[in-house]
This record gives sequence, structure tokens and C-alpha cells, in this order.
Amino acid sequence: MFPEGFKIIRHLHHHESHKSPRTHTQSGTVKNVQTSDNRKIKVVRRVLDVNQQMAERNRQMFHENGVFVLNIMSSPGSGKTTTLEKTLERIMSNIKCAVIVGDICTTNDADRLARSGAPVVQINTDEFGGDCHLAAHVIEKAANGIDLEAIECLIVENVGNLVCPAEFDIGEDLRVVILSVTEGEDKPLKYPLMFRECDAAILNKIDLLPYLDYDSEAAVQNILQVHPGIPVFELSAKTEEGFKPWIQWLTAQVRSNRNH
Amino acid sequence: MHEMGIAMQIVEIATESIPKDMAHARVARVNLKVGKLAAVVPESLRFCFEVAARETPLAGAELHIEEIPVEARCNDCNHEWTISEPVFTCQKCNSGAIKILSGRELDIETIEIADEDATNVS
Repeated sequence: MFPEGFKIIRHLHHHESHKSPRTHTQSGTVKNVQTSDNRKIKVVRRVLDVNQQMAERNRQMFHENGVFVLNIMSSPGSGKTTTLEKTLERIMSNIKCAVIVGDICTTNDADRLARSGAPVVQINTDEFGGDCHLAAHVIEKAANGIDLEAIECLIVENVGNLVCPAEFDIGEDLRVVILSVTEGEDKPLKYPLMFRECDAAILNKIDLLPYLDYDSEAAVQNILQVHPGIPVFELSAKTEEGFKPWIQWLTAQVRSNRNH
Repeated sequence: MHEMGIAMQIVEIATESIPKDMAHARVARVNLKVGKLAAVVPESLRFCFEVAARETPLAGAELHIEEIPVEARCNDCNHEWTISEPVFTCQKCNSGAIKILSGRELDIETIEIADEDATNVS
């Protein structure tokens, strides 16, 4: 795009002249029309719009196959895999699930999750430059390895990171963030984008509360301050205390998708 | 943490945006808008951009980053304000039903093509 009335004079460079003697003879006719400021060219494009378009394409593919997609995010070590293992144990008999799990290295999480009987696809992001998040094109590739017609719910365990995954839409229907009581109560305030972008939050490892000086009420208040009205599930993936409301809520979300 | 990926996207979009009839143009400056809520560290992005721009028409170009504040509007009382702390409830009526108006940007606004006529005219 050019500003109106803007005239472009082609510049001839040395290497071009060598290749094409014809243009070389024109070089003397190049005029100097603008001498001062740089020429501004309007672009107005979102840097991540390629990811956004791919995410929309994924979303359409999942909807056409009647698959509900859940994106689970958290910092490393807050219990995504354990929560997912226990969740699969409880819902697999009602809802057919598959899992995509993202890590920079290793297949440890995939091995653990495969025991649930759900098909699991592991993504190691080191192939993609050790990425700190799963991007839409990576999900598209991983989804090719899953029989989408045979499942109702696809759960994506994102790379452990409270910053970057919040920025990348992967074509999911629902985003859940897990915070554990061994992290600071102020994590939601420090990483507001993640907590703003998610549809539900889990406060995990509540079985450890007797051993910690952790103010879980403050943690929940901080989550609600960043994202008023968001459902918060306080639970322990290890002991399964407080697990029932989470499973009920998740099941209802998948069912409402099924009825659409 | 994904600044390198973003820097590479910026270089790609900027290169695509150079008009076809200016195939050998050199980009002197890229004007970028970055919202305060975007998960991007400007200093880190500038460093990555410098590396990603090497051997492209953007080599040596300046990455100008305009930081966009987080603005919100209350759905209940229509109050509009700038969010400077991580509190996403209405300042006036305390409602949690708010709309974020700005602060998520990561947009290339314009590119500036260097004027090199002087060096080409004999």
C-alpha cells in the first residue's frame, strides 16, 4: 500500500546490473524524487495472525468431528499430568478422550497418560526450536495422528509455562489453568494474562496445606481479582480431595458441546 | 520467551509488505504496537529482531515499539479507565463484568523504507 499520489522509482543495484545488462543501461535515468524522510508503508497486521488463522482452522476441524478441546496450562510442576491422569480415570468411561501432551523433551508424561487407555500424542517442542508453548500448527500436525471421529474430547496438556501459552490460541473450546499451593499466592497477579484468558482455574495440592504457610483464600481472591466470576476448583490430584466438582463441571462442559 | 518466534514473524510480515516494485528496498524501521498485556518483553524482542533481521531487507532496521496501556470499560456502569495494576474489576462500581478495550496488541503498524536514492544516482 502506498500513500496517495506516491510515485515509486525503481532502484537498480549492482548485482542486478550484472545479471541484466539491459537494466544497466537504464541506471542513469533513475531519478532522485525523495531525499529526506523514509517512506512509510502501512501494514497494520497482527504479528500472530498466522497462528490465529490456523487456530480457527483447527477449531473448525474439531467442530466438524464433534470434538471438544480442552487446553490445560500451568507453570512446570504444578500437577498438570497428575490432574489429567486422575481426570481421565474418572471420565473415560463416559467420555472418549485423547490427549496431546507438549514438552520440550522426554516422553515421560505421555507414558504416564497412556496407562489411562486414552490415545496419547507426545509433542517435543525441541523439534520446533525448544518452544515454550504449543502453537496452532503443531496441534494440527499432532491431531493428524488421532482418530477424531472416535473421540469426544481432546485434552491438550500444554508446555509448563505461565506466560507464553496464554498468547497462543490452538483452536480449543476451553482453557483451564492450574495453580498449586507450593507456588506463591500472588501468581495470578504476576501472570494476569494467563488467568484472564482461562475459563476455569484449579488450585492443586491442597493436601499439602497443613505443612505450608499458604493462604489459599488469598490465592483464590487474587484469581478472582484478575478474572471475576471464574470457577475455581480447590483440589488435590494426589488424594483426589475436592475432585468431584471439577469432574462434574468438566463433564457438563463436554456434554453441552455434544448437544450443540 | 517466544520473542525469537515473534521476531521472525515480524521479519516475514515486513518483508511481504515491501511493494513488489521495490524488490530491493531496505527497511529502515518497523513500527510495532505492543499491548501491556501481551506476553512480550520489548528489550528481548529488540535483541531477537536484530538477529532475525540479518541477511534480510530488514538488516540493521530499527524496531520501534509503542507500548499500549490496558484500557477497560465496565459493562454495567460504562466507566472507562486505564488498568495499571492487576485488578480487573470496575474502579467505580466494582463490577467484574468488564471489557478489555486495548492492551493485547502485537501489531505491525507500518514499515519505513530507507531512501537510498542518493547512493544510486550517478
